[in-house]
Amino acid sequence: MRMQTPDEALAIAAATGDRDAFAALLSRHYDRIHGLCFRLTGSRTEAEDLAQDICLALPAKLGSFRQEARFTTWLYRVTVNAAHDRRRRVATQRKAADGWGDWELNRRAGIAEEAEAQDWLNATMARLAPELRDTVALTLGEELSQKDAAEILGLSEGTVAWRMSEVKKRLREMARAEGML
Amino acid sequence: MNDELDKLRAGLKANPAPDPAAKAEALRLAMENFDRVQETATKTRPSQDRPERAGRLTGVRDMLMNLTTRGTLAATGSLAALGIGVMIWQGPEGQRSLPPPQAPTAQEAATESETRLRQADSKEELNDAATTAEADSMAAMAPEPMIVAEEPSIALAAPAASSDASAKQAKGGVQLSGYAEIGIAASDAPIARLPDLDTEAYSNEDANPVKIVAEDPVSTFSIDTDTASYSVIRSSLTNGQLPPKEAVRIEEMVNYFPYDYAAPDAGEAPFRASVSLFQTPWNENTQLLRIGIQGELPATDDRPPLNLVFLIDTSGSMDDPKKLPLLKQSFGLMLGQLRPGDRVAIVTYAGSAGLVLEPTEASDRAAILSALDRLGAGGSTAGADGLQLAYRTAEGMGGDGHVSRILLATDGDFNVGIHDPEALKDFIAEKRDTGIYLSVLSFGRGNLDDATMQALAQNGNGTAAYIDTLSEAQKVLVDQLSGALFPIADDVKIQIEFNPAAVAEYRLIGYETRALAREDFNNDKVDAGEIGAGHQVTALYEVTPVGPPARLSDPLRYAEPTLAGNVAELGFLKLRYKKPGEDTSTLIETPIPAAPGEADTDARFAAAIAGMGQLLSEPKYLGHWGWDEAIRLATDARGKDPFGYRAEAVQLMRLSQSLSR
Repeated sequence: MRMQTPDEALAIAAATGDRDAFAALLSRHYDRIHGLCFRLTGSRTEAEDLAQDICLALPAKLGSFRQEARFTTWLYRVTVNAAHDRRRRVATQRKAADGWGDWELNRRAGIAEEAEAQDWLNATMARLAPELRDTVALTLGEELSQKDAAEILGLSEGTVAWRMSEVKKRLREMARAEGML
Repeated sequence: MNDELDKLRAGLKANPAPDPAAKAEALRLAMENFDRVQETATKTRPSQDRPERAGRLTGVRDMLMNLTTRGTLAATGSLAALGIGVMIWQGPEGQRSLPPPQAPTAQEAATESETRLRQADSKEELNDAATTAEADSMAAMAPEPMIVAEEPSIALAAPAASSDASAKQAKGGVQLSGYAEIGIAASDAPIARLPDLDTEAYSNEDANPVKIVAEDPVSTFSIDTDTASYSVIRSSLTNGQLPPKEAVRIEEMVNYFPYDYAAPDAGEAPFRASVSLFQTPWNENTQLLRIGIQGELPATDDRPPLNLVFLIDTSGSMDDPKKLPLLKQSFGLMLGQLRPGDRVAIVTYAGSAGLVLEPTEASDRAAILSALDRLGAGGSTAGADGLQLAYRTAEGMGGDGHVSRILLATDGDFNVGIHDPEALKDFIAEKRDTGIYLSVLSFGRGNLDDATMQALAQNGNGTAAYIDTLSEAQKVLVDQLSGALFPIADDVKIQIEFNPAAVAEYRLIGYETRALAREDFNNDKVDAGEIGAGHQVTALYEVTPVGPPARLSDPLRYAEPTLAGNVAELGFLKLRYKKPGEDTSTLIETPIPAAPGEADTDARFAAAIAGMGQLLSEPKYLGHWGWDEAIRLATDARGKDPFGYRAEAVQLMRLSQSLSR
């Protein structure tokens, strides 16, 4: 069954021109791409745009997929890189405009409790440096191991571990500032 | 404390679900791009060589994916299998019998494809998904017409009957694939996500007019060492088409060929200008004035070390055998010419810019080659980002006495990421002052943006070359590497003041895009062309001596000035140049003797090429002189021609002659 074909086989087939394989691969992973995009950008519209960019680039990018890599790892890397590029572009165009910072403007009236939780999340994410945010998105959001996250970010495992301890430190500082500790 | 982390984790886990519409749109566009990538991958092959399997099957699949309702989907699937798929759109009965087309929604298409996938894969082994998928999806089409036969809205009989003749022809696999290709073409038409495949833009001006010396005795222009125009013309002609007139820049054609000019003496100016005057081949009453400039060739052993940044366009349009693969081979060839001490970095740009290879010693060929090898084409093009990163990288490479140069390799697809071409030019002009040179190598046809390339190279103190074959890469990047990479004189300008007593009229052949205002000659702020080590530049003027019948304009009855002066001098040649990195120019002056001499081989060949350029663009000054004469002249003037460049030019003239009949 195609539905059970491993990602890697589908990716190789798609790279050699198998349209169905590509369609299957994409519909299988769109939500994953979108999810990480959201975690990386903190904005729904940004995430949709970014996910679309990635989908558009995938047909051509698939050529660089190597069989020895896990497809999801590869896809995460593509996504993170695309998010970085987008961030860089935005940063050069108008400094410091950031999805997480814009959140307040886009906030929709929702269930009060959920909104509050989101606010906390956004406030927290907005105060983390971008590289910490990426690390958090992968390790906490995507529940990847530090090893996998390191591979995707092109860093050593030690750096990811250090970043996570840095995140904990920041979180503690924030909590203290808010009088929660 | 861990509470905080858990809270963050929980917050991040609670992701909003993706918007179904956005998802569908993204998936649809991705599939379009997928088709486009597949399409460009196969497009360049001649149709006979096209692998039938891929062509036929992707075509059928394309049709399926682009049709809407289940009914039409299955119907056309079966019709395509019979080889009369196209007729259903053409026959009036067929149109009436079809349900009105609906806008496809990606979800429907996705459901369809999943259904087919499931059918297709029921027998499939997992390990050879790639190969069997095609055959399986073909097999899956067979049962579908039977399902659809029950649906009332489809009238299969009408198109089948109306297309008897074509059904007869269309039995074999060849016809089948032919129709399938039509299916591809039709399905591609409404997609406009990527830039169109044939958008070429050329930079050229109208041919220089004849000037009357009494009114306008001074001619000023910047030298041009580019050769791109000749290769573009060659690529057009060998594809069986006359080049667009705008693609013809005569000076670049003439400068393509090596000539045997005297080298400058040691301790003098870095280049030497030699002047000769001879009979014009196409007009017995005029003369050609040739100015040949030979750049010194510094001993290559003690050349300064190089910092090279390859700025490589890896956008989707580069995915073509004549583009990225040729580029990789070309740079591979060039690596052999580099030596220890040189350093290479690779920056790519496609949608986003990235440093693919950190500055690496040229001796580490394995690292450089493997970095080149890993490049793959994909994404749109953001030329400006890439340029900025390349300049930053080149600045970072530094090194005392190093010559830094960016080699921009692209197919000219510069249309994403630059909102203001002027701003880009300004950026390059500003970077020019940092001493980093920019050369442009263009590859492939289709969206060759000759105008932007020219502008970039001219503003970036560099040369533009067009690489269409590996032997062109050999010429530009290996044989003439030192010239391409080591400038010996910047901002070289030429000014000639003609002597009205000796010359009635003159016309500069070519250099239309390089014209300078008379007063800019002495203005060191005005940018002009560069000469690289060993470069040669040739400029040709057609001059009409005072008095003869060839003069195109009548003398003025009332205001003709009385002429006086030394008739032994045709004019006065002035050259200005700056040593690389300096701000003030040096002036070289020399009088031009008015006595014509015998044309040497090089002069005759240059004249033949100038004639070829005019025949391809604006032949109005050539009279009855045509291809036969040009071919004869060039054939006689081939000289030694060790690499066969001139022989190739004669071939191209013969091709042009046949094509222009």
